[in-house]
Amino acid sequence: MAIESKETKRIDVHHITRVEGHGNIVVDVQEGVLKQCDLQIVEAPRFFEAMLRGQPYEQASPLSSRICGICAVTHATTSLRATEKALGVEPSEQTTLLRKLNLHGEMLDSHILHIYMLVAPDLLGAGSVIPLARKSPEVVMRALRMKKVAGDLCAVICGRHTHPIAMAVGGFNHFPTSEELSKLLERLEAMRTDLDATVDLFQNLQMPDFERETEYIALSKEDEYSFLDGVITSSDGGSWPVEQYRQVANEHMVVHSTAKHTRHQRPSYMVGALARFKLNYEQLQPKARIAAETLGLDPLSTNPYMNTIAQLVETVHCTEEAILIVTQLLERGIKQEEPVSPVRSSGEGVGACEAPRGTLYHHYVIDDGLITDANCIIPTAQNLANIEADMRALVSQRIHCPPDEITFALEMLVRAYDPCISCSTHILNVRFVL
Amino acid sequence: MTSLSKPKIAFFDFAGCEGCQLTVIDALQTDIDLLNVVEIVQFREAMSEKGDDYTIAFIEGSYTRFSDKERLIAIRDQAEIVIALGACAHLSGINAIRNLQSTAEVRRYVYGDHAEHFDVSLAKPISAVIHVDAFIPGCPIDRQEFVRAVKALLQGNLPDIPDYPVCVECKLKENSCLFWYGKTCQGPITRAGCGALCPSLGTGCVGCRGLIPSPNISSFKQLMSEHGTSEAGIEAKLKLFMTHEILKSEASGDGN
Repeated sequence: MAIESKETKRIDVHHITRVEGHGNIVVDVQEGVLKQCDLQIVEAPRFFEAMLRGQPYEQASPLSSRICGICAVTHATTSLRATEKALGVEPSEQTTLLRKLNLHGEMLDSHILHIYMLVAPDLLGAGSVIPLARKSPEVVMRALRMKKVAGDLCAVICGRHTHPIAMAVGGFNHFPTSEELSKLLERLEAMRTDLDATVDLFQNLQMPDFERETEYIALSKEDEYSFLDGVITSSDGGSWPVEQYRQVANEHMVVHSTAKHTRHQRPSYMVGALARFKLNYEQLQPKARIAAETLGLDPLSTNPYMNTIAQLVETVHCTEEAILIVTQLLERGIKQEEPVSPVRSSGEGVGACEAPRGTLYHHYVIDDGLITDANCIIPTAQNLANIEADMRALVSQRIHCPPDEITFALEMLVRAYDPCISCSTHILNVRFVL
Repeated sequence: MTSLSKPKIAFFDFAGCEGCQLTVIDALQTDIDLLNVVEIVQFREAMSEKGDDYTIAFIEGSYTRFSDKERLIAIRDQAEIVIALGACAHLSGINAIRNLQSTAEVRRYVYGDHAEHFDVSLAKPISAVIHVDAFIPGCPIDRQEFVRAVKALLQGNLPDIPDYPVCVECKLKENSCLFWYGKTCQGPITRAGCGALCPSLGTGCVGCRGLIPSPNISSFKQLMSEHGTSEAGIEAKLKLFMTHEILKSEASGDGN
């Protein structure tokens, strides 16, 4: 795109706030030409794959949940799935239901945190959630109320949301009582009022106007809006079993980031709520589709800022799904099952789940009960190249705007992806021995 | 809403998962009044406003890079009270697991040809770099314990953290001992204060709150061995959260 202005601008945002982890934005426009537009990831590298090497397989899940305080349940679950596939463990139907319910709890917790505490202040003209609590206490109290239901859901299933306790290879070490589930059901049903109020609030808030079409990737299943397992699906066409994740997520290093970038058929792709919404729209709960319509989100949207709105739609969906699963569990009655034991002590497996921010993969090689190789591919790492492509397009479009305005739009853009920078700097193993 | 007596507090994060900061945010679900008794001047994960006139600093995460030192010293110079928030800051937590391999090997494994590109030191608790006045243990911190710690600070005291083992709290809850069920648990040598949360959910304590003062590690290893855990298995369990403490006690010769 030709830029006619001869302006020179430099934008430097050191440690973007209201995101998880440490990132900087650097934009350099010289004589009207965009020279540099980076999202620098400066989070301390954490080396999880190296830490996983040599661990007994039972310790992989509690260790890898520590990759992220916000999506701890998804990391723990994905890790268990990788181990279970490696060691030939087939979890029971009850285990699968409890895990799905738990993932819904995490999705609610994380999305509500992002929608209300991190994004809403931008749209409501407050610097952060703390002045917002003074300005509009009812908004913040509503967020805290819903977040508590989500956190308590995870506590009922696995002890706590950060970091889950009762989850094990092949099942659970602890089970909710029917009394706990009945109480949870009541609270989830009561939460619909707060969700309606949230949809009303966001219906009247204006997201920045910006479109950039890209490739969207998510896990899909025919019969449900997939969070646990599924096949990798692309908006450019094609689907792959999760074992072929490397064909989709080609990781590569860039020098300004301690997190690796990924690319598929194009230079970048997007994962997360908007990608899931676009690819799995048909599987959404009817109430969630109504919410999407009310909020002006349709499956053809290519505005990355709408990712927050897609999260809100998913919040409605996950509440409805959670209500269905709890009802089903109450009808079935909870059985005190022992976790299913592995049928072998060596093997290789890939686990995949949809974390709040997109598709998460864990890949382990286990030899005689010990992990010998590990690879984790994190949603935010997959989104980084796409965020930068959006940043470049946005700056090119708004090159005549004052730097403050561009900075605000860029920060909001990065925040819309809800990046989880601690996660993405887990850093990956380049030399994967197969 | 501001008053002179409200202490100004700030939250900082180093290498970690930010789960302890998240637990602080979650504490508002039950204790929204926290916002009326302290003034938060810096909390990057949750707010954009930034003040540097804090008197109490809560630090989450481990020291993992040489460049962290300068930032830690600046926080120490400003704050009257520095508190290590959670296992990564308190014990170096799981970050210290990589200290068991050479830093060069860890970097090569993860970054390959770009291994030299990034600044990496051994992972350490923040007390290895600056003086720390108090700690709130756990991975993550316990929400109620955090609220109790803030109450203590408001009264001019440092938080009172238990120095007895998790077994004490587990017995008070009348739980059956997991060792009887063929499971293992690090409760006997791990600092209490969590309400024995993991054993109460049928899951052995993983030691996230660190060792009690003067633990009998050799006796604990014998107990684990008698219950069928291999020597390598015992090491892996002990070193999930306690690598830094175990290496330190082995180096000083009082570990076994």
